[in-house]
Amino acid sequence: MLDPIYFDNAATTRIDERVIESMLPYWTTHYGNPSSIHALGRVARKAIEQSRKTVAQLIGASSAEIFFTSCGTEASNMLLHGAVRDLGVLHFISSPIEHHCVLHTLQHLHKQYPAVEVHNVDVLRNGHIDWIHLEQILDSLPLDVPKLVSLMHVNNEIGSLLDIERLARLCQAYRAYFHTDTVQSLGFYPIDVQKTPISFLMGSAHKFHGPKGIGFLYMNAKNPIHSLLYGGSQERNLRAGTENVANIVGLAKALQLAHEEMTQHRAHISSLKHYLMTELCDLEGVYVNGDAVDSHYKILNLSFPLLPSTELLLLQLDIHGVCASGGSACSSGVDVGSHVISALQKQDDSVNIRFSFSKYNTLAECEVVIARIKEIMRL
Amino acid sequence: MELKLPVYLDNSATTPVDPRVLETMIPYFTDNFGNAASRNHSFGWHAEEAVDYAREQVAALINAQSAKEIIFTSGATEAINLAIKGVADMYARKGNHIITCTTEHKAVLDTCKALERKGIVVTYLKVDESGMIDLAELRAAISEKTILVSIMAVNNEIGVMQPIVEIAQIAHQYGALFMTDATQAAGKVPIDVQGMGIDLLTCTAHKMYGPKGVGALYVRRKNPRVKVTAQMDGGGHERGMRSGTLNVPGIAGFGRAAELCRLDMASDAQRVTDLRDKLENALMQLPETYVNGHRLHRTPYISNISFKYVEGEGLMMGFNKNIAVSSGSACTSASLEPSYVLKALGLDDELAHSSIRFSLGRFTTEAQIDFAIAEVTKAVNRMRDLSPLWEMHLDGVDLKTIEWAAH
Repeated sequence: MLDPIYFDNAATTRIDERVIESMLPYWTTHYGNPSSIHALGRVARKAIEQSRKTVAQLIGASSAEIFFTSCGTEASNMLLHGAVRDLGVLHFISSPIEHHCVLHTLQHLHKQYPAVEVHNVDVLRNGHIDWIHLEQILDSLPLDVPKLVSLMHVNNEIGSLLDIERLARLCQAYRAYFHTDTVQSLGFYPIDVQKTPISFLMGSAHKFHGPKGIGFLYMNAKNPIHSLLYGGSQERNLRAGTENVANIVGLAKALQLAHEEMTQHRAHISSLKHYLMTELCDLEGVYVNGDAVDSHYKILNLSFPLLPSTELLLLQLDIHGVCASGGSACSSGVDVGSHVISALQKQDDSVNIRFSFSKYNTLAECEVVIARIKEIMRL
Repeated sequence: MELKLPVYLDNSATTPVDPRVLETMIPYFTDNFGNAASRNHSFGWHAEEAVDYAREQVAALINAQSAKEIIFTSGATEAINLAIKGVADMYARKGNHIITCTTEHKAVLDTCKALERKGIVVTYLKVDESGMIDLAELRAAISEKTILVSIMAVNNEIGVMQPIVEIAQIAHQYGALFMTDATQAAGKVPIDVQGMGIDLLTCTAHKMYGPKGVGALYVRRKNPRVKVTAQMDGGGHERGMRSGTLNVPGIAGFGRAAELCRLDMASDAQRVTDLRDKLENALMQLPETYVNGHRLHRTPYISNISFKYVEGEGLMMGFNKNIAVSSGSACTSASLEPSYVLKALGLDDELAHSSIRFSLGRFTTEAQIDFAIAEVTKAVNRMRDLSPLWEMHLDGVDLKTIEWAAH
């Protein structure tokens, strides 16, 4: 059998060989605990601080504003809990299509602190937020009450792209903290917190060809929050636990490569998406979920008509060596359908499939996928 | 035997990754890079298989009844936070009292302190001069309101092993759960969660020749079925107890590391015991030198020694380039405070400051121990030669009786 075709790069990506090379020495040679004061510890400490500087520079932050965590989920839990506890936030403005690490954390906070309210912005059928509704919500809240807007830059299932520049200005006008989940966009779009006033954002290395098990939180120095984990003074008291040195080095390296090669990969990946989209949307009843244009160039979520031949399309694709996804990997164990797709209020019965691409995919792979789908649909 | 420098005697802070462990990890970065939560294609299944296999390996190391009792986390600190806060939340109806001990790792102590601010009552058991808790004190402190007794299996600074079987029995008599921080114990000394009556246990890969950034929480599922409230919300990974994309290569490495430790535990421990004894016997030839902690109830991997009238940090500087040791826990080594563990044993600030933790490991060789003996002996003698305090001591002056003039 041929090698499977991996079109599930929004779930996770293959590590870049250069990234793993940068990590190797920190497992076997420079293996010290960065908190140790001897030479081996200092080498590890230096690697972490250098990585922090790299990440900070790439997004226009200062090193003191970057905090490494074990993943995006931890970063988002940390800041949302901290927002209530340390910044006194009582009103969260979010949307029903956020990732579960935001959605569930906000539900939890509402349950834990009855005074905390979560206001959900309506989502339009094209997968974008309703800006008018957003302004109505902000208008309804007193100006001096601490509030936080948490809206994702790129939706992980349908790829809708949020205008964070516009939203940041709006948050400024309404004196709201602005958090944006940039897990899917970081390393794919330039983000500069000096130009765009963002209070918090987070990243996860394994979405941009870095290792799993490492993420970070950017926290604007003006909004200090405290630790979620207790028991050590690592990450300037914000995140206890021995630092994952190799993975931190890998994260920085992966983000650096992503930025250096962004233009080139963007052109390539965009052409793959465009090709697959054009060819498949030619088929009877197939259309794009969300916005075909104003969406991340690596994510294509397609709606297929529900027919006997398409009912098990995802399974059929897998049998034919094509790896795609029905939605977010994080909830794919739970068979409840996608909360994102259901927010689009589609009127038809459809089979929805997310194809997500990376720099390692080829046009030839797209051709195979198109041929397989036509076979499955008996076209 | 050839000597490899630096001589790394700080294996309680962290260990190098065993090459066999790294070999296991690499394919999960490159060819099998899937997300373990991807349920509809082979990349996801391979990743999930790797995680489940590692779960079996970690379960076997501590003799858990089922692999389902293992929850992977980003490290021991997260596992400890999850266990203690998770139990406090879940068992709030039964009571609000937790018992732990003054010489626990900061991850336990700081989590308990955070809970105190939320109304949980915490008893911190004292230890005697050998670092052991007093079971009578535990019996006096425990009540029906106690929900958790958390006592570490092996102390990270002095290597003392508490009588956890007896502690577990006492906890269970009162319906309390027994948790042990086995960060320094797992993989080094035999741990049997079923035989020892452990309800919750925490450990980490990077202390047993696995990678940093991955740890585990054992949560008993039978007799009794223990539950903890999740502390991180998200996709509901790890059966709802710990959300976040699984660190598949790290977990696979952890599994392999656990297996290697299980298979080599007895032979490693025997070899390390011999090396530790050689090191201690040689250094104890120096006058005014003391081993801290119980001499019998302790792990062979840690030897904490006080060299009276020698300042520990200065001593470390003396052989810093060639020998890596620590003056206490790495997690607090940036602070200049004397070790709270040694102070709990009754050492005064001065003696606590003159202490060094030597921690041995799988890769420690006899040649390295010989080198360490020679270098440490030389450095201690040199520093004492320069010390007026040492001179006074030799002259028979009892330094405790001197009243120093302020200036």
